[in-house]
Amino acid sequence: MKPTMAEGEPLRVLPLHGGTSPDPSTLRLKEEELRELYRLMVLTRKADLEATALQRQGELAVYPPLIGQEAAQVGSAFALEESDWMFPSYRELGAAVVRGVDLIEYLHFYRATWHGGTYDANAHRFGYVSVPVASQILHAVGYAMGSKMDGKGIATLVYFGDGATSEGDFHEGCNFAAVFRAPVVFFCQNNQWAISVPLSAQTVAPIWRKAEAYGFPGVLVDGNDVLAVYQATKEAAARARDGGVPTLIEAVTYRIGPHSTADDASRYRTDDEVSRWKALDPLDRYRGWLEASGAADAWYFEQVEQESKEFAHRMRTGVIASGPRPVAEMFEWVFADLPPHLARQREEALRFARGKGGGSGGKGG
Amino acid sequence: MVRALNEALRRSLADDPRMLVLGEDIGPLGGVFRVTDGIQAEFGKERVFDTPLAESAIAGVSLGLALAGWHPVAEMQFEGFSYPALDQVISHIAKYRFRSRGRQTAPIVIRIPFAGGVGAAEHHGESPEAYYAHTSGLKVVVPSTPIDAYHLLRASIADPDPVIFFEPKSRYWSKEQGELDGEGPPIGKGRVVRKGTDCTIVSYGAMVARSLAAAGRASQESGVEIEVVDLRSLVPLDLDLLAESVRRTGRAVVVHEAPLTAGFGAEVVARIVEDCFDFLEAPVLRVTGYDTPYPPATIEQHYVPSVERILAAVERVTGY
Repeated sequence: MKPTMAEGEPLRVLPLHGGTSPDPSTLRLKEEELRELYRLMVLTRKADLEATALQRQGELAVYPPLIGQEAAQVGSAFALEESDWMFPSYRELGAAVVRGVDLIEYLHFYRATWHGGTYDANAHRFGYVSVPVASQILHAVGYAMGSKMDGKGIATLVYFGDGATSEGDFHEGCNFAAVFRAPVVFFCQNNQWAISVPLSAQTVAPIWRKAEAYGFPGVLVDGNDVLAVYQATKEAAARARDGGVPTLIEAVTYRIGPHSTADDASRYRTDDEVSRWKALDPLDRYRGWLEASGAADAWYFEQVEQESKEFAHRMRTGVIASGPRPVAEMFEWVFADLPPHLARQREEALRFARGKGGGSGGKGG
Repeated sequence: MVRALNEALRRSLADDPRMLVLGEDIGPLGGVFRVTDGIQAEFGKERVFDTPLAESAIAGVSLGLALAGWHPVAEMQFEGFSYPALDQVISHIAKYRFRSRGRQTAPIVIRIPFAGGVGAAEHHGESPEAYYAHTSGLKVVVPSTPIDAYHLLRASIADPDPVIFFEPKSRYWSKEQGELDGEGPPIGKGRVVRKGTDCTIVSYGAMVARSLAAAGRASQESGVEIEVVDLRSLVPLDLDLLAESVRRTGRAVVVHEAPLTAGFGAEVVARIVEDCFDFLEAPVLRVTGYDTPYPPATIEQHYVPSVERILAAVERVTGY
C-alpha cells in the first residue's frame, strides 16, 4: 500500500502480504484480545453491510458505509479504556460496536427517527453522531479540558476524516488542545476521499505532519492494520492521560464504498483504484495473520461468522420494527421547560396530528 | 452597567463551583470593556481564562466543557466577531438537548457586546440579535439597565439552556441606583418602564432609554402619553405583556437598532397583529436601523433611531 501524500513509512505491525510475523507472544495483547479484535471487525463489517442493504430497501433514509475502515475504527476504539470518551463524526459504526452501543438505537439517526440516535452517550462514553464536518473536534477538546479539571485521568478521542483537516474547527481544536494541554487524541481516518474530492486536492502537507505546527506529536499509521492502529492509539491515549499531550494520528485507509448511499462514486474515481484497495482488505489481512500465526483456528472463525450473522439479523429486525417517534417529542427537548410560544405551537401540532386541525383559524404560535 | 455585570459574574462564580469564564482578553485585562475586571485574580486562572483568538473554538469548546459538566460563560469580544462561532451555536449548542433527548445539555451563556452609538470602528456596532432569535433552542436576553443586567445575567447563568446575552455597548456606562439583592426578573418577562395610554413603544437594549426620551418629549410637547415596554428577553418573548399593553393603548411602534427587513421588530409586529388585531386603531410601525451595512461612526446618528424618528412614527399612529 502506498499511502497518498504521506511522507515516510506508516507504523505497521501486520504483514502486508501474508506471513506469520509478528509472533503473537511479542505483542502487548493477549490471544483472546487478538481474537476479540477480529470478532469486533467482523461484527462491524456485517452490520455495516446490513445497514447499507437496509438503506437500499428503503428502511434507512441514508447511510454512510464504512467498509474498508474497520481496522482503523475497531483498533482505535479498542485501544481506549472503558472510562475514556470518544466523539464520532458520522461514519463510526465500528467504534460504536466496540463501545457496545445498541446499533438499532445508533441507526435511528439514519432511519431519520431521531437526530442524535437514541442511545445514551453518557452510558457508553460515545458522543452523538455529528455531521457538520470537524465540528465535533471542538467538543472533544472541551470535554478533555473539562475532564482534566475534574482530575478524571481519562483521554478523549475524536474521529474525523481527511476532509475535516481543511476546516477551521480542526485547526482551532488542535491549537486549543496544545495551549491547554488537553488530554485528547485526534484520530484522522484518511480514507482518501472527501465525497468526490481526493486528498491531493484537499491539502498539500501530509496530515500527520500538521501536528508539528501545533507543538505535539503526529503519527502516521497504516489504517488497515488493526494492530498498528491499536498500538498508535494506545500510546497516544497514554500520552494524553499522563501528561496532557495531544496526538494527531493519521490512519491511512480507504473508503471502499460511496461517501453515502446517496453518492455515486463511479463519477469521480476508477474501479481500478477501488480494486487495488480491496486487495488490502483489513479483515482478510488480519484473518490471514491470525491463521498463520496460530492465534485463531477455523472453529473460531466459523463461530464468529455465525455470531455476526445473528448480530446483523437482530439489528435488521430491530430497525424495521422501529417507527417514528410521537409528534409531541418534537417539542419535548427544545428547552428544559416549554415556553409559552412553544406551548401554543405544540398544541397546534398535536391538534393537526390528530386530524382535528381545521376550523379554529390561524391563531399563530 | 459594566459594574453590575461584573458583580453578577462574581456572585455567580461564588455560588456555582462549576461555572467558568472564558474568552479573549478577559483575564488580566478584564475584557475590552472591563466587564471581567479583577475576576481572574479573585477566582483563579483555572476557572477564568483567556483563550486563543478563535471564536468558533470558544463556542465549541464551551459545549465540550458543558458536556463534561461545567457551566461556561463565554465572551465574544464584539458582535462583529461572533459570526465565526455561529456554526457551533446554531448546529450544536442550540440543538444538543434536542438531539440527545435531554441526556446532554448546554447550560452555556454567550455574552456579546452589541449595537452602536459609541463611535466605534466597522464590525463594532452591529445588532445581530435576529440571527440568534431565529435559532430554535436558544434563549436571547437583552438588558437595558444596570440592575436588569445584573439580574438577567445571574438568571442566564443559572438557566439550564443556552442563553445569548446581548450587552448594549452604549449603555455600558449608564448608572442606576438600587438593590442587587433579592429577586430579579426571570428570563422571558418584559416590563412596562413607563405607563401611558395613547401608544405603546416596544423596545429593548439601548433603544429603551431613547424611547423613554421620546415619550418624555411627547408628553411635554403634545400631551401624548406613551407607554414604553422593555422586552428584556426576545426569546422567550413576553407575549402576555405585549398583548396586554397594546390592547390597552390600541397603537404600537417597535424600535430597534438592527436593520428593518426581517429584524426582530417584524416578529413583534406579527405577534401584535395576531394577538391584538381587534384592538388596533392604527397600523403598527417600526423605527429601526436602515437596510444598509452599519455606517461609519461619523454618520451613525443618522442610522440609529433618533428621538425625532421615534416621535414621527408615534405621530403617524396617534394621528391615524
